[in-house]
Amino acid sequence: MIQFSDVLAWIHQLLSSCMAPWLVFLIELVVASVAAVVALLVCVIIMVYMERKVAGHMQLRHGPNRVGWHGVCQLFADIIKLLLKECFTPTRADKLLFVVAPVLSLCVSLLALAPISWGPGLVLWNTNIGVLFVTAISSMGVIGILMAGWSSNNKYALMGAMRSGAQIVSYELSAGLSIVAIVALAGTLNTGGIIESQANGWWILKGHLPAFFAFIIYIIASTAECNRAPFDLAEAESELTAGYHTEYSGMQFGIFYLNEYINMGVVSMVASTLFLGGWQPFYLPFDFGWAHAFNDIMALKFMETWPAWISWVSLAWPLVWFFGKLFLIIFFMMWFRWTFPRLRIDQLLKLEWKYLLPLSIVNLVIIALIVVLGLHF
Amino acid sequence: MKALYNYLKEVAFAFVSLANGLLLTLKYFVTPWKSIITENYPDNRANPSVADEFAGEVILIHDENNEHKCTACTLCQLACPNNSIQIISKQVETEDGKKKKVLDKWVYHLEMCTFCKQCIDACPQDAIKMTNSYELSCFDRSTLTKILNQPGSKLKEKPKVTAKVQE
Ligand code: SF4
Ligand code: SF4
Repeated sequence: MIQFSDVLAWIHQLLSSCMAPWLVFLIELVVASVAAVVALLVCVIIMVYMERKVAGHMQLRHGPNRVGWHGVCQLFADIIKLLLKECFTPTRADKLLFVVAPVLSLCVSLLALAPISWGPGLVLWNTNIGVLFVTAISSMGVIGILMAGWSSNNKYALMGAMRSGAQIVSYELSAGLSIVAIVALAGTLNTGGIIESQANGWWILKGHLPAFFAFIIYIIASTAECNRAPFDLAEAESELTAGYHTEYSGMQFGIFYLNEYINMGVVSMVASTLFLGGWQPFYLPFDFGWAHAFNDIMALKFMETWPAWISWVSLAWPLVWFFGKLFLIIFFMMWFRWTFPRLRIDQLLKLEWKYLLPLSIVNLVIIALIVVLGLHF
Repeated sequence: MKALYNYLKEVAFAFVSLANGLLLTLKYFVTPWKSIITENYPDNRANPSVADEFAGEVILIHDENNEHKCTACTLCQLACPNNSIQIISKQVETEDGKKKKVLDKWVYHLEMCTFCKQCIDACPQDAIKMTNSYELSCFDRSTLTKILNQPGSKLKEKPKVTAKVQE
């Protein structure tokens, strides 16, 4: 079976044979990051279209269905519209911060991509602090939001930014605790290592109920962290217009919009890495003959005897699982958005501080017990 | 202990009710052919279903003899918050020599109407009503100012009150 690491090593050799090492490093750096960003942008394009269709169907309407086949070109029409619009800066706004804010929040969300493992051996930055890096970076997103709200010279934008900030900072805690739960189970912070540790079953199955609770808490907290409904207080139409990006227009607004979806993508990549085995296919954590047979089928073991070109096809198998899980979790977040009514700010903070945080602390203690006593599979 | 039990019960109930909501929207999502209620308006011009209560434009009711019931009392004009009604009346002399005010022009400015139905409520004669037409857009703004009384129409005379026949 060909692995991604073989393909990458082959490319590396090919480049090394005709170039200086520093040039090879530079080219690989640029190509890898461009590839990751392009992959993410394609995901975002699919997400935006998917969100509109999901929203439409859940609200008993069609969603976009005019531009292109079933409205698939709607997003491109929107991008053209946003690009053609003028970007205003309010008078007496802090011009520098105003312009920097969207770019900064975009950079922050893209940085969080670095240690994520997309497939076996497909990782931009294979570091042993991967998960820590993602949590640290994603809590930086609040800087961009506060900056945007502050620099807009607008009360509503400032209030929206404060509310989003309060929300992101408080939900960061539960999200962090549920991440810690899985890190304790897996015993490593390296995303590749966490995924490898699920080669005999996903943590959501192997960690018994507490892992499942941690998954639910993580999904709730990360939905809130992405400022998505039912936690999209910043967007409350009646009193805050659009929260911290009230004053943004044209592509500056577009970047915030893009940022929301990239954040969603990153959050669901982390969720799938931690709880659903990343690019690992579905494995059963049991020690029976039939479970082994099932696992072998899932790992495409039967393809080994097939002709060589098929193993090129099987290269896509981990990616199918990775993106499948990504979109499954994103579907869940969209499903929440179009089902639940928006929370008030006091309900929102109560949910976090009275329910999610105590429950996740108790959950973490139970997980610690499971790890210490070795009760997991 | 009781407090902890209540706390956990609250959390569990919350999840059950959230799951109920999720199941409903999931049902809508997976059965779009049943649940989508959008009117495909420009595609389906022939028979879109418009509710009878839908308030489109105001019309003055005329019967088959080209008679309407408007007495030009201007109550609808007073009731309209947008000044989209102008009642223009004229004085005529009846056969028995009395002067009488009758309707000359019932002017309706559709472009200013918010379809609030207050004029309908104000009219003591039930002379006007709102249709459920919805294709009201046009290219020329001036066509939106309409004279609602048809040419040659006149006031419908109330049936004379006749003395009841004693039995
Ligand atoms: S519906 Fe309302 S706005 Fe329109 S004419 Fe009647 S009173 Fe005026
Ligand atoms: S339509 Fe009704 S309210 Fe308006 S002037 Fe005629 S009788 Fe009066």
